[in-house]
Amino acid sequence: MNNPQLDKDGRLRHLLSIEGLPKNILNQILDTAESFVGVAEREVKKVPLLRGKTVCNLFFENSTRTRTTFEIAAKRLSADVISLNVSTSSQSKGETILDTVDNLIAMHADMFVVRHSQSGAAHFIAKHVPDHIHVINAGDGRHSHPTQGLLDVFTIRKYKPDLHNLRVAIVGDVLHSRVARSEIHALTTLGVPEVRVIAPKTLLPAHVEKLGVQVFHDMKEGLKDVDVVMMLRLQNERMNGAMLPSAQEYFKTYGLTQEKLSLAKPDAIVLHPGPMNRGVEIDSSVADGAQSVILPQVTYGIAIRMAVMAILAGGQGNSSHGGQA
Amino acid sequence: MNKFDTTLPDAEVLLKTLAQKLKPLLQPNTALVGIHSGGVWLMHKLLVLLEDSITANAIEHGTLDVSFYRDDYAQRGLKAENRPSQIPFDVDNKHIILVDDVFYTGRTTRAAMNELFDYGRPASITLVALVNRCGRELPIAPQIVAAEIPLDAEQNLQLIQHANGTLGLELINKPF
Repeated sequence: MNNPQLDKDGRLRHLLSIEGLPKNILNQILDTAESFVGVAEREVKKVPLLRGKTVCNLFFENSTRTRTTFEIAAKRLSADVISLNVSTSSQSKGETILDTVDNLIAMHADMFVVRHSQSGAAHFIAKHVPDHIHVINAGDGRHSHPTQGLLDVFTIRKYKPDLHNLRVAIVGDVLHSRVARSEIHALTTLGVPEVRVIAPKTLLPAHVEKLGVQVFHDMKEGLKDVDVVMMLRLQNERMNGAMLPSAQEYFKTYGLTQEKLSLAKPDAIVLHPGPMNRGVEIDSSVADGAQSVILPQVTYGIAIRMAVMAILAGGQGNSSHGGQA
Repeated sequence: MNKFDTTLPDAEVLLKTLAQKLKPLLQPNTALVGIHSGGVWLMHKLLVLLEDSITANAIEHGTLDVSFYRDDYAQRGLKAENRPSQIPFDVDNKHIILVDDVFYTGRTTRAAMNELFDYGRPASITLVALVNRCGRELPIAPQIVAAEIPLDAEQNLQLIQHANGTLGLELINKPF
């Protein structure tokens, strides 16, 4: 099967989704990110890998945190970074996506980080660009958000290194979440034996169990003895439709409180991709509590994005890896 | 040694020679830094051998993986495996002894020096290698080596660690 993410030698060419990435590539990204964590703690927080390269952040949909962390990641690799908020520029004047991309290629861009509300936008751009240009999906519609999935798994691995003995629960709006999909693929590919999803029926995609997860509708049952609780953001715009009664009602049933968290293992960790709705999907005492690893997720997100860019941008030649000095 | 003589010296013997040569260099503010992977093995063995000398009492030490500083990144990309560099001491004003296994072109040393300077400004850097295989491409050379073994470009000399922890040298002739 043709996988647009990999080149003919099986090396990563674009990062579009975690689906279809072999375990060795996922581990390569996670291990490389491990090396980048230390770089941020040094006197000089930069390495010269992407010196002379230009990274274009193409954000057709707003996301301050994701754009900022990609920007910091590229700058810590010594790249030049241009962040375009396309929704407010040429697109509103009628330019097509590919025209925008072609113009940036004419300005010698080397890498695109793409965020779009339409599923498949990053694939579409990846198919269009010449060989030496790399595309990273920074979230497309309901489809995928691979770097978020990777940074979540990286965070889990940091606190719970033995992935083969974990019980993980993903809680909330799985239906609309690109993050949940990426997380499920990453966790199952890396050998986590038990992944649960906990959500009301209205917020679960049809046939979700085909992704290899166990489905729960009750928090008390679903959180029992889990090692990791991954909360999802409840998007405010869903609140008014037929899917949910009200924010208060949702919090009562699916909001993560200390009481509900006490059903998980005592050393369980809590993740949230942000931005949080305090008092809707998560209680403040949990978000700021001892079991929360929500801020470390942000820190590790930079290391993961550095790792992905560094793996993509290197090795334009055709020689094998390794070498001697 | 003749270019095509393949009898290699015993790495453990070379190690002791290296330790002897290193001893006079140790000062209170000396720190050892090993370059992955062979240089790190050597560094740990040197720390044990240098322990009995008075000044070596708890020598500060760290490790470097120079993957993020290599000049062949654009051609070769990142290695599949790389390890975090760990410099758990303040580099400023330290006399750094950089430990590598086989010195060849000098490019790894250049990368290691660039990385070290991102941690701080050392007082000095001394390069120590178990073997100089000759063939430098930069104005960089090791100050202390235990052996010189001139080799052809087709040959690849590697330090290996045996299952019992001892070190050995291995010569591989690359296929044409």
